[in-house]
Amino acid sequence: MAIGTEAMKKDPILKVERLSMRFGGLMAINDFSFEAERGEITALIGPNGAGKTTVFNCITGFYKPTMGMITLRQNSGDEFLLERLPDFEITKKAKVARTFQNIRMFSGLTVLENLLVAQHNKLMRASGYTILGLLGFPTYREASRESIELARHWLEKASLIERADDPAGDLPYGAQRRLEIARAMCTGPELLCLDEPAAGLNPRESLALNELLQEIRRDTGTSILLIEHDMSVVMEISDHVVVLEYGQKISDGTPDFVKNDPKVIAAYLGVEDEEVDEVIGEIEEIEGEHGGTRQ
Amino acid sequence: MANVASTTASAGSELTARALREAVFAGLITLGLFVLFVGLKSDQNIRNELILTQRWGLLAIFVAVAMVGRFLIVVYVQPRFAKRKAAKAAAPDVVKKDTFFTRQWPKIAVVMLLLYPPVIVSFVGVQGSLKWVDNFGIQILIYVMLAWGLNIVVGLAGLLDLGYVAFYAVGAYSYALLSSYFGLSFWVLLPVAGLLAALWGIVLGFPVLRLRGDYLAIVTLAFGEIIRLVLINWTEVTKGTFGVSGIAKATLFGIKFDASKDGFAALFDLPLSSAYYKIFLFYLILALALLTAFVTIRLRRMPIGRAWEALREDEIACRSLGINTVTTKLTAFATGAMFGGFAGSFFAVRQGFVSPESFVFLESAVILAIVVLGGMGSLTGIAIAAVVMIGGTEILRELTFLKMIFGPAFTPELYRMLIFGLAMVTVMVWKPRGFVGSREPTAFLRQRRAVSGSFTKEGHG
Repeated sequence: MAIGTEAMKKDPILKVERLSMRFGGLMAINDFSFEAERGEITALIGPNGAGKTTVFNCITGFYKPTMGMITLRQNSGDEFLLERLPDFEITKKAKVARTFQNIRMFSGLTVLENLLVAQHNKLMRASGYTILGLLGFPTYREASRESIELARHWLEKASLIERADDPAGDLPYGAQRRLEIARAMCTGPELLCLDEPAAGLNPRESLALNELLQEIRRDTGTSILLIEHDMSVVMEISDHVVVLEYGQKISDGTPDFVKNDPKVIAAYLGVEDEEVDEVIGEIEEIEGEHGGTRQ
Repeated sequence: MANVASTTASAGSELTARALREAVFAGLITLGLFVLFVGLKSDQNIRNELILTQRWGLLAIFVAVAMVGRFLIVVYVQPRFAKRKAAKAAAPDVVKKDTFFTRQWPKIAVVMLLLYPPVIVSFVGVQGSLKWVDNFGIQILIYVMLAWGLNIVVGLAGLLDLGYVAFYAVGAYSYALLSSYFGLSFWVLLPVAGLLAALWGIVLGFPVLRLRGDYLAIVTLAFGEIIRLVLINWTEVTKGTFGVSGIAKATLFGIKFDASKDGFAALFDLPLSSAYYKIFLFYLILALALLTAFVTIRLRRMPIGRAWEALREDEIACRSLGINTVTTKLTAFATGAMFGGFAGSFFAVRQGFVSPESFVFLESAVILAIVVLGGMGSLTGIAIAAVVMIGGTEILRELTFLKMIFGPAFTPELYRMLIFGLAMVTVMVWKPRGFVGSREPTAFLRQRRAVSGSFTKEGHG
């Protein structure tokens, strides 16, 4: 019975195994493995240049990893090997949506249109790949109305409903961040990957963001994977934190565990002089272990 | 009251004094500038000696023009501009009222176009209408259609295509060759020409999928030239530079436009004239152009049209939303090319003769210029631009009074390109986003508000 509940609990939506990414001579990610639980918020943190966005780009298909396996298991039980799919199919078939560190809006399209573009594949099918829609079949009109309703739903959630008919480029920065999340949600994802959603937000906006993310998880059951520097967001909402430094995992666990992990503190804050020897000793110890296993 | 009046009067006299002062300065500068250029002229007299001719009268005119001009600018033009600027700043948000005309004008324009041939015929007679219907009506509508077709590729999808004329050529030669070799009719070959052009659009699309911006433009330019060179050099089929002549005319439900007994003129008991055929062609190209507009408007509200515009705005974001950018780009190329093909086969049936000379790079440039000048993505703006550019250059031929001014040797047609270029520069300075720079959203929740041109992107490949 206990084993059964244990198995029930361990149900990762995303499994990254031995991921490596090499750019020329630079090993951006080196043998990195982690799992993201279904229905949880997993945060990926680390100092600048640790390789967080590279991990994201590998998961969402913008980079093809040098080595490793990325498995996505949908709620239905279907499995996808993301490293083998082209980028657009990762969203279309595997249902992974993402946002970008530097916001990528369709700035000349209205806010509403941005959300309609996100429902492209659904609407394409409904319009009979354009042909039926061009001839004015009612199926497309029906689907089109539904898509506007879905867009309205997410606009309300992201509190952008007032600006629905304004060009997206006209929105203030914080609203653009929310719009990007709403747009990603309109693709109907099972895993939502957010690349620094709180970057550049003021405290009030990042509080609203926390609420939005928790609402998404609660209401839709979407699992969330996020990269974040803002510790108030990370510690507040994430269930599970993975810490990356120089392309390698240095810590993995609950927010409280990670917060008190000396390696994480050392990575973020550096260590005091007297502790350096200690840390070097630890590292040598670890390397010795590795050497031993290798032999 | 008196006080106010006196202050305005004193302000007025102050202005006049300043204007007079500036006029004197302008006069002095003009005098200094032109005294040696205009006032004195070196000349040869009858004995081949160098002499100085004095032209004080002319110099005086120059100076007077400068002084009067400066005076008028300071007293009238500058205050008026300042006043207008102040008025604009005072009332920044003037909500434009939707009048009947602004709402219904596309329909009004279509009705006017439908009535155009009968009105022209009633004014200048059947024979006289030839020039106005053919040179103006048909010519402009061909370019409207071509520019609307290119608008799908450049304006909506943001893919800069400098070789659009290639698809026009494919359409024209498809009709010319298939009709002269196999005797197929125009109505069969019109869709065939469109499909063949679309096929070539996809053929062009594949190699350029990964290219952006300048690189894309160069490759499409090369593609246009390749098609033209093939047409020139494949002499067994295309007859090279001689071109294909004697292309069959189109028929109206099987009625031919010729002198035969069951021809159009004989059937309706009308005098034999080529004008009827031209009027028929006018309605044909009008229908084709309206089809292009209708399909474009419909497509913009469909997922594929939105994907095109999204592609123009940000390709990477498109991919992150599950949009297959490969098929999206290819459909844009194919759809644009298809309308180019339709227009091409119409061109062949109208001219009765096609040769590679009609499909040079300049044509691509003109079509692209119309799209840019009209405002990328806007059907209305593009139609206006086509009327201005093509109609404008045609009307230059009519301006015979210019000969009276510049002498009988002046041929206005030769200055076409000069004026064309000047007009483009002027419009681009005055309206950098084209005649209609704003974008109509394809869906709205509460209120349809045009998106200002400053937010839309031009696309980058």
